Amino acid sequence: MIEIQELTKVYGETTVVDRVSLTIGAGELCAIVGTSGSGKTTLMRMVNRLVEPTAGKVLIDGQDTRDVPAYELRRRIGYAIQGHGLFPHRTVGQNIGTVPHLLGWEKSRITKRVDELLSLFQLDPAQFRDRMPNELSGGQQQRVGVARALAAEPNILLMDEPFGALDPVIRSKAQDDLLAIQKRFNTTVVLVTHDMEEAIHLGSRIAVMDGGKLLQYATPQEIIANPATDFVAELIGGDRPFRMLSLAKVLSLVEPGEAAGDPISAGASLREAYAECLWSGREALPVIEDGKLIGRISRNDLARCAARPS
Amino acid sequence: MSIGLVIRLLVLALLVGFLVSPESFAFVFEPLTKNNQPVIYNQGSLLDLTLNHLLIVAIATALATTVAVGLAILVTRPFGAEFLPLSRSLANVGQTFPPVAVLALAVPMLGFGTAPTLVALFLYGLLPIFENTLTGLTGLPPTVTEAARGMGMTGGQRLVRVELPLALPVILAGVRLSTVISLATATIGSTVAARTLGEVIIAGLLSSNTAFVLQGGLIVGALAVLIYDGLSAIERALTRRTGQGARANA
Amino acid sequence: MTTADTTSQSRAAWPAFDKLGVLIALIAAAAVFLPFAVFRANRIVLGEGLLIPSALSSPSAVLLGLVLLIGVATMLLRVNPLAKLGVGFLVLATLFVLIGQSATFLTPPDNTFARVSPGAGFWLLTFAFALLVTDALTRLKFGPWQRITILALVGVAMAALLWSGAWNDLSILKEFANRAPAFWAEARTHLLLAFGSVAIAILAGVPLGILLYRVKPLRAAVLNTLNIVQTIPSIALFGLLIAPLAWVAANVPGASAIGISGIGIAPAMVALFAYSLLPIVSNTVVGLVNVPEAANDAARGMGMTNRQRLFSVELPLAFPVILTGIRIVLVQNIGLATIAALIGGGGFGVFVFQGIGQTAMDLVLLGAVPTVALAFAAAVVLDAFVEMVSTRERAQ
Repeated sequence: MIEIQELTKVYGETTVVDRVSLTIGAGELCAIVGTSGSGKTTLMRMVNRLVEPTAGKVLIDGQDTRDVPAYELRRRIGYAIQGHGLFPHRTVGQNIGTVPHLLGWEKSRITKRVDELLSLFQLDPAQFRDRMPNELSGGQQQRVGVARALAAEPNILLMDEPFGALDPVIRSKAQDDLLAIQKRFNTTVVLVTHDMEEAIHLGSRIAVMDGGKLLQYATPQEIIANPATDFVAELIGGDRPFRMLSLAKVLSLVEPGEAAGDPISAGASLREAYAECLWSGREALPVIEDGKLIGRISRNDLARCAARPS
Repeated sequence: MSIGLVIRLLVLALLVGFLVSPESFAFVFEPLTKNNQPVIYNQGSLLDLTLNHLLIVAIATALATTVAVGLAILVTRPFGAEFLPLSRSLANVGQTFPPVAVLALAVPMLGFGTAPTLVALFLYGLLPIFENTLTGLTGLPPTVTEAARGMGMTGGQRLVRVELPLALPVILAGVRLSTVISLATATIGSTVAARTLGEVIIAGLLSSNTAFVLQGGLIVGALAVLIYDGLSAIERALTRRTGQGARANA
Repeated sequence: MTTADTTSQSRAAWPAFDKLGVLIALIAAAAVFLPFAVFRANRIVLGEGLLIPSALSSPSAVLLGLVLLIGVATMLLRVNPLAKLGVGFLVLATLFVLIGQSATFLTPPDNTFARVSPGAGFWLLTFAFALLVTDALTRLKFGPWQRITILALVGVAMAALLWSGAWNDLSILKEFANRAPAFWAEARTHLLLAFGSVAIAILAGVPLGILLYRVKPLRAAVLNTLNIVQTIPSIALFGLLIAPLAWVAANVPGASAIGISGIGIAPAMVALFAYSLLPIVSNTVVGLVNVPEAANDAARGMGMTNRQRLFSVELPLAFPVILTGIRIVLVQNIGLATIAALIGGGGFGVFVFQGIGQTAMDLVLLGAVPTVALAFAAAVVLDAFVEMVSTRERAQ
């Protein structure tokens, strides 16, 4: 658990982060969203003390981060950044093994961990372990960057625009990988992004920052349904109904009955289902799960769901 | 084997052959002499002079590298940050001092002989290495240094494991520049009585014996080209290894 | 962010003192205990070093002490750079005027053999306060015109000092007085060698660079050859040109009539030209290669011919880079021209090598000081030009 209390950073005359308090529960994925200059990156960098706060404090599992030297603190927290920041002069394996090496792990344990992580990110260890970073594609470099951040099995992972440099297809794959890994290890993730779509897709909670202040800290549903300020509403954009629909799965609205035409998968989002209804001009779609028909989903239910929730 | 490599090996073989047995090459220089002048330098062993020349350059460059890299590291740490702007300007101003002037001005303090030459080579050799080390250490990709910090490396670990290895090709380029300048400047050292290959050239100039001038010039030239090439090859290998070709060309 | 961080941390650790100031003050303090001036009975004997109190008349010594105290106080405190610059120049001016006074004070009347030269203390003090001035100038980040103006003012001040006769009793000026005509003749030769060789190199190098840019297969071969020329030691290249030029003078009709001969200015000129080619050619190529593809495309799209494109788009855009190459070779050649003296080519090197031969260090200085000053001035002016043309371009 990360508790941020009244955290403030002042550079000269400018207050970059202004008395921000928020608590990120263990195993949550907190997305910090804001425009550039909103203070979101500075806020995150104060968690592992890459930036020293002017005032306020950060507690991790109840312990003040200032009680340990900054470098020791950082070794316990995974850190992945935009453009991956891989060391170009070290192999993929050495890159991933950096923090375990700093922590003094045994060599065999490091090798084992490196191979484990490479496999986890669908990179064949035998093939990739000894390559240099510049021999990898952009998507592969990004995965190695995240693998490196996870190497020492940290409870907390900080990510600064980790998918910013990727093209849309690889990006959505990388996002899904992150969600899977986060679920598997129950890692607490703090992710900075300027992209509300990404925040909604990934975050179990979203913190919206502007001008150094925390405007709203809530679940994606809550943020979409009740944006705290006009600025937050603007960040979400004009298609709030569809964003709402994209948060839930078809499975949640299945009703007994039959419908004609091509079926839709129970795992698809409501948004996809609604689009299919409109596109094919049908009142309802058959729903299948694992190849078995389990019911139908109706256009009226979908439309109700898209309306402002009470 | 590429043509370039063959030529280099050939130059090396000729150089070694000439130094070991200069008399066998007398026929090459014969046409350049007049009035029965000696064909091959006869006031000392060419091999001795060459080794002494290389020794002076090696000592001066080693000292210059140690001091310049040390200073560059110092001014790029938080403690020395206040010295960074000044040190950049000084390196710039220092480049405008001609090597001959540095050499001549060292004489009043140290007298004639090897000492002023060594000092001049050392001082003049500092600048390219210092400047390149600074460039190397301050021009690192920000994401890489940021990642190193974020992963919990201490200042010393960052320097030794990330910053210096990445800056190495650029630092080596500075050492190469410095070495080649020193090889040439050491010849001028003979005007203040240092025992270098300049002796041969100056003896030739004084007695209008072009054969001597050519011998001295060719040996120094060949040494410079071979050393320049050798160090370039090491740099290229290092650069390839770290996959930062674009940076090292700068 | 990180830099702001580190400076604020170091500020906190060193609240009152300027670290650089502490270093310079230590140098200055050491300098006070070294001889300010050196007195010698004649120009080649070993001298006797004199500390400030004995090198200057009492009022002057007190004045110098006061000025130095002000100087040290200013450098230790965190005052603004402009004040540091002013005080730095004040101290340097005082030092320069007083070293002349010291010479007059120490030279016995009507003694033409005695020599007074600046001692290690003077040089070290000058160095320390020059550091202060340099640091202040660096921090003030003056624009190109301001830098040229400061250089010109310093030049005028130095000229006034020399012209006023305040330094006439200093040994270096006594050497000058003994050979004033020779000095000016060698100065002309030096300038001719340095600027002439660069001019020829520009005339030959820029077209060669354009050619290499257009004809890619030639590029590597020519640049590598020029690179090898660059590694030949200057002294050897000068010497090696004697033979072929002597041959040309003897065998080509009319060659000797236009001044070509084996020794003298011709081989020096050729050697300096050869050294200048690489930086100019390679910078021309780099400058042209780096012209944005979009600019070239636009020019082609507007129907410019290759020639029009070269003159109105490519060369103007490459100009700052080419100018940087010219700056490098000009500064380099001003220094290298000293070596020409070894093959009878003249220039300031004549005094340097004569001085080394006679162990007369004042004579060495007579050759070295103008060379360094010239190279320094050329570097400042051309750096300013380079900045002007590149900022103008960025503004557009």
